[in-house]
This record gives sequence, structure tokens and C-alpha cells, in this order.
Amino acid sequence: MFTIENLKHAYDGTEVLNVSRWRAEQGAQWLIIGPSGSGKTTLLHVLAGILRPTAGSVNIAGQDLAALKPAGLDRFRGRHIGIVLQRLHLMPSLTVARNLLLAQYLAGVPQDGTRVREVLASLDVSDKADAYPHELSFGQAQRVAVARAVVNKPKLLLADEPTSNLDDARCAQAFGLLESQARACGATLVVATHDQRIKARMSNHYDLTEQP
Amino acid sequence: MNLATVSLAYLRARALNTTLNVLLLALGIATITLLLLATSQLEERMQRDARGIDLVVGAKGSPMQIILSSIYQLDVPTGNVSWKQAQELARHRAVKKMIPLALADNYRGFRIVGTNHDYVAHYGARLVQGRLWQAPLEAVLGADLAAQSNLAVGATFIGAHGMGSREGEHMHDAYSYQVVGVLAPTGTVVDRVVLTDVASVWAVHADQHDIKDVMRVAELLPDDEKELTALLIQYSSPLGAAVLPRYVNQNSEMQAASPAYETARLFSIIGVGVDVLRGFALVLILAAGLSVFIALYNALLERRYDLAVMRTLGASPARLMALMLFEGAMLAGIGAVLGIVMGHVLTEALGVAFKAAKQVAVTGWAWVPEELWLIGLALAVGIFAALLPAWRAYRTDIAATLARG
Repeated sequence: MFTIENLKHAYDGTEVLNVSRWRAEQGAQWLIIGPSGSGKTTLLHVLAGILRPTAGSVNIAGQDLAALKPAGLDRFRGRHIGIVLQRLHLMPSLTVARNLLLAQYLAGVPQDGTRVREVLASLDVSDKADAYPHELSFGQAQRVAVARAVVNKPKLLLADEPTSNLDDARCAQAFGLLESQARACGATLVVATHDQRIKARMSNHYDLTEQP
Repeated sequence: MNLATVSLAYLRARALNTTLNVLLLALGIATITLLLLATSQLEERMQRDARGIDLVVGAKGSPMQIILSSIYQLDVPTGNVSWKQAQELARHRAVKKMIPLALADNYRGFRIVGTNHDYVAHYGARLVQGRLWQAPLEAVLGADLAAQSNLAVGATFIGAHGMGSREGEHMHDAYSYQVVGVLAPTGTVVDRVVLTDVASVWAVHADQHDIKDVMRVAELLPDDEKELTALLIQYSSPLGAAVLPRYVNQNSEMQAASPAYETARLFSIIGVGVDVLRGFALVLILAAGLSVFIALYNALLERRYDLAVMRTLGASPARLMALMLFEGAMLAGIGAVLGIVMGHVLTEALGVAFKAAKQVAVTGWAWVPEELWLIGLALAVGIFAALLPAWRAYRTDIAATLARG
């Protein structure tokens, strides 16, 4: 679960984000919707703890992010927050399995090959464990990116525009992966999107266009 | 999975670039290693050849030439000294031991050194075959010479006049030497010479004095006509250094030369060349540092998303900084180790080439402590080159980077 209160963020004095209150239960699945430039990515970055907001508080699973020192915030993010980026950004020089091991290493949790194989199997990409990212199709790379985000069993799983540029079938498939993986590790899922096709799939919407 | 695996994976991903940087650094390190090994071994060898010899007395001329010709058997002698004057000098109270040398001929480029048994004892040479000479025209061979000439006890050979093997030089074919002994390797100048009695040298030139019975040349030749080339002298006390050189230079036709002083002077002359080479090698290392810097800086630009993603995975800025520094150090470390190996192999190759040319031997299979400094220097260069990229990695604004990407 997470709670956001009186959140404001401004770039160079221009307010780009204003969230008075948003509370999500643990394991809930939410969409952040709104047109381009409405602050979806900014809100996602604030939730991920990679952007410190100008004002307001963000509490994730009982932890007030503002109370953490920079290194503590990095550790918290690695341990409890999984992120699937729009462009996936797998480490090109590491194999698939090592990409996942890197996520464990950087989060400071024990490196567990069994867990890595288990996650890859649950996403049906076990046979690609020793492949390099450039050898994967987009669909496979997306599965690996999801695997990397959930390998540490995060409390919060974030995804930024995971379905843009995908056809309908793939869109449904990608979204299904996120939903099922979030459920499998009990994570709260937050997806930022402007993709109209997804809106119908999920009932919890946080709509940034409604904000003043 | 740790920083090393990540660094290595990146270095492997840019194999060509990595190879070029490592090679550039390795060349600089190899050059310095070669210089270190060659100069330290040369110095040690020259010191070993001159050990226990406090003064060399020869004919008037360049003291450096006297040292080079009589101790190291490298240069031509300055001339001859009279046997009678040498006998007088031997009685001087500052002289503990005096070894006479008579040089005139060579065998296939190896010097034939007329001397006495003290010379063999001075260098601690043992016989592996036969015995020492007892009569004129009996010869004992140094180890390298014996190995290269395939002469053994009982063989005979003819000396050629002069100090090196040149075409058309005068052969003393009327007199042949007989090999009576072969010495074990000593790692000194003795390995590369033919040793014989001083009288042998007089004997092969006896026809100039109308002496027919060469075996009795020492008796038949008038003392006034006996000549030597140089005298190796050991002082009876350290005070000898204050007395004897001046005595020789003022009271005789001879010239005194100090091996310690002349070899130091020689090394300061060689040192200029060594310094130039060393400077060149340092320029190579600096160029390698610059190249590593450019490579890492470009890598940083290519990798800014990777770095941002690592931050989203929980890496602290300090961790990213450490990653870049580690990569610089890794490049430098590989370059340093490769360079030192190359340096040793090159030195050994040079040693083999020198051996064939009968020059001073060097080997690549020896170590000097300065090589540890070299590794330190290379690592410092690598880390220094990585500093700015590391700082940039430390300062990466992940939210902005990801928002653009």
C-alpha cells in the first residue's frame, strides 16, 4: 500500500504535479492516466523514489520516503520497488540471467539463482537465460524486463507506458503479465499510460487531467 | 555478480576499444620494464666483473678505455706497460695483490687473455674439465666460449692478432694453442675469454725478438722488452686509494684508473639515453591514460541509461562511481600485467640476440622490485583517467535521464 498527501512538484518554478491525496491498498492495481505532459512519468518517478518532490509526503508500505537519506532511499528502492521502463533498458552487456542477478546484487539481497530461474520460468523465458538482450525479440525483452522488476518480490511494481507501440494482442498480453506478476508477489501495481485500450481492463484510475 | 563482473562485461562488450587501450598502456609499461631489467642487470654484471678490483693500471690514455679494455674486455687497450715498472709497482706497500694482463690476440672474436692463476681465483672460476695452464701456449676456456666454439680439452687453435674477429687480420699460424682446461660458468667476463699464461702472449710474438724456443720465452726475452697491457690491483688498505693512483700517475709512464669511478661515469653517460627512453615510455603511458579517459568518457555517454537503470535497481551514486573507477583500474591493471610480461619476453629476446653477438648477457627471467612501482603507476593512471567519468556517473540525474529516454 502507499499513501500520497499534498504532493507538489515544480520544475523551475512551474508546477507540473499536484496530488492532494491518493491512497492505494497493498496488492491493489491502479492506472495513472492523462494526456502527454500531464505529469504521469513525474508522478511515477516520485513513487519510485527517484525524484524527490518539491512538497508533500509519500509513504510506501509504512516507510516515509522523505525520512530516508539518499543511500537509504536507493536501498529501499532496490529492495521494495520494481520498475518496468518504457524502453525496458536491459543491460546490453549482460546475459538475461545476469541482468536479474544484477538486480539482486544492486538491491543488496542475496544472489539467488533458483529465484532467477523461477521468475524466468513463470514468464516463460527460461530458455533465454544465457541470451544477451540484443538476441531477444521485443516480447521476450519485455518479459525479461518484468522479470527483473519482480525478482526481488517488491511491494510496489511500477510500469511506464508498457503497452505503447504494441498491437492489441500484444498489448493485452503485456498487461496480463504485469497483473499476474504483481499478484504473484503481492505487489501493488501502478501503471502510467495514455493507452485507451487498458482503461477498460482496470477499475482503479488516478486521472491527472482532473487535477486543477 | 559484483562490480568486477559488470566492469568485465562492459570491457568485453567494447573488446576492440579495450584491446587498443590495454595495448597502448602495455607498450609503455613494457618499454620501462625492459629498461629496468636491462640496466639493473647490466649494472649488476659490470659491478660483478669489477668486484674486488680497486685500481687498474695501464698505458697512458683514457681511464675509461683502460677499464673497458682490461676489466670488461670491450674496448682496445691504450697501449702497453713495461714489465719492469709493473714489478716495481707490485712491491709498493699499498698493493695487496696485482694480477697482470697481457692482451694482444683473439680467437674468433674472443679475447685471449695472458694472466696468472690469481685471475681465475679472483673470479672464483672452477674447472669442469682438465687443469689450469702450466706452460706457454696452454689455454683454458671460459664457459660461454667453450660452449660456442665446441673446443674441448686436447683441441688446438690458432690466435689472430688484434682484439676482434675482423676479416683479413694477421693469423699467428706458426703457434697453436692447446686447450688444457674448461671453466664452469661464473656469470662474469671470464666466461667469454681464453685464459693463458702471460708468456704465451710473448711467445706468439717471439719472432719479433728472434727467439726460437718459445717455451723458454720468459727466460730468453730480456726483462726490458717484456710488456704487459694492464694490471688489476687490490689495495692492502682503503688508504691505498689516496696514495696509489697519484703515485702511479706521477712516478711512472703508466696511468691509473678507478673502476668504481669510471663505471659510475659510464652509467651516467648511458643514463642520458636511458632517461630519454624512459621519458618516451612515460609519454606512452600518459597517452594510454588519455585514451582510457576518452574511452570511459564516451562509454559514460553511451551508458547513461544503463547507469540510470542501475540506480532504479538500487545502486547508490557512490556505487556507480566505484564502477567507473574500477573499470579504469581494471584496464590499467590488465595493461600493466601484460606490459610487464611483454617487457620480460622482450628482454629475454634481446638477451638471446646479444648472446649470439658475444655481448653482455641479459635475461628476461629475473625480477626487479621497481616493477611493483610500475603496476602502481599504471593503476594510478587508470584511476586518474576514470575520475571525471566517475564523477559524472556520480552526478547522474536519473529522473531526467529516464524522462528523456
